[in-house]
Amino acid sequence: MDAAIADIPDGVTIFSPGFGGVGVPRNLLAALNRQGAKGLTAVSNNAGTVDELVDIGTLVEAGQIKKMICAFTATPHPSQVTPFTRMYNNDEIDAELVPQGTLAERLRIAAAGIGGFYTPTSVGTELAEGKEHREINGRIHVLEYPLPGDYGLIRAWKADKLGNLIFRLTQRNFNPLMAMAATTTIVEVENDIVEAGELDPDTIHVPGIYVDRLVRIPEDGIWD
Amino acid sequence: MADKVKLERQAMCDRLAMEFEEGWIVNLGVGMPTLCSNYSDPSRDIINHSENGVVGYGPLAKEGEEDRHLVNAGGQHVTAQAGMAVVNHAESFMMIRGGMIDVTVMGAYEVAENGDFANWRIPGRKGGGIGGAMDLAACAKRVFIAMEHTTRDGKPKLLKKCTLPVTAPGVVKMVVTDLGLFEITPQGFKLVEHAPGWSPQEIQEQTEAKLIIQDDLKEFRFRS
Repeated sequence: MDAAIADIPDGVTIFSPGFGGVGVPRNLLAALNRQGAKGLTAVSNNAGTVDELVDIGTLVEAGQIKKMICAFTATPHPSQVTPFTRMYNNDEIDAELVPQGTLAERLRIAAAGIGGFYTPTSVGTELAEGKEHREINGRIHVLEYPLPGDYGLIRAWKADKLGNLIFRLTQRNFNPLMAMAATTTIVEVENDIVEAGELDPDTIHVPGIYVDRLVRIPEDGIWD
Repeated sequence: MADKVKLERQAMCDRLAMEFEEGWIVNLGVGMPTLCSNYSDPSRDIINHSENGVVGYGPLAKEGEEDRHLVNAGGQHVTAQAGMAVVNHAESFMMIRGGMIDVTVMGAYEVAENGDFANWRIPGRKGGGIGGAMDLAACAKRVFIAMEHTTRDGKPKLLKKCTLPVTAPGVVKMVVTDLGLFEITPQGFKLVEHAPGWSPQEIQEQTEAKLIIQDDLKEFRFRS
């Protein structure tokens, strides 16, 4: 696990998928926390939770993240204070708040080689201020840009040696998008990595051409 | 007149769930709206959609029977149901922006008589929690709100105009509070059903916006 992320330098953009605690690359995040890269920009649905499990919040707390790009810069209840909340309130970390569907689509188009898209989401809100507006088919849309990244840390259920990936149920969430949008894609896998040909091609969610490194999660790794 | 009672949260959510029709695709927000899923009506099937890409999931999983890869938008473990399908996050928001969601139920801090509502940022607190709310609010066919009628300090939440940054302008169709059921009409809030023991005038006193009160006003409908 440590070798897989050893070369991640300071100052790059990383992707951390996961939703509702499922599909989070906790083993790779723990390794990056040990490795100590700093000044990172992190793209994630949230900025960490109040539970004890390793997530992007672990790196936030360690001062490794300079900017979060996420759909939540506040927890649902003021009583839930995360390391991010404390640092954000003290201006010790920067953040960009993005509606979740816009976040997902910005990742998708970064992978798809598309320069932008118009969405009706956020029109008429603070988040649309300063963005290009355009009426399309009678509805106002705002222009959003792609969100590429340097390193995608990914959690998959199954993989073969060529990096073909399969996710299970809601583990999938942002994982395929981030795997495809990152320059370097590093995957922790829950099952033994099998030989090419053992996975049914019709069931593969991410083709191996997007994947650079694979690590089987060890028995004593983080499974939740 | 009946004893004056404020409605319980479950009764509030039951009432909104009674409006769901056969075959509707329903997205329930985190927190109180989740209670809508406790109302079941054997005469009609609805399809649950969650932002993390699962459509057609079943009730909450019993303790000890959780599948660690299957959660809803609140990160709660739900059960698989025959016909369930899973997609990635970008495809999940394709369903949302593409108009597949018949109704979304959310909480709110404020709702205005023109259908604006605010539920992502509160004053004096840096940052906000948007999640999928802006996409859902802008693009679901109907937006229903479940919330208390007033703040903890007794300030009205059904307003002439939102004071907080809005989540989407002009989208709310129906609101349930602990005092009754309200429809948003082109003329403003119409009181459709009142909590037992509450006169329309008493509800108006708790409301900043002017309520439309007509002869078809009924007492609040509870689950039978």
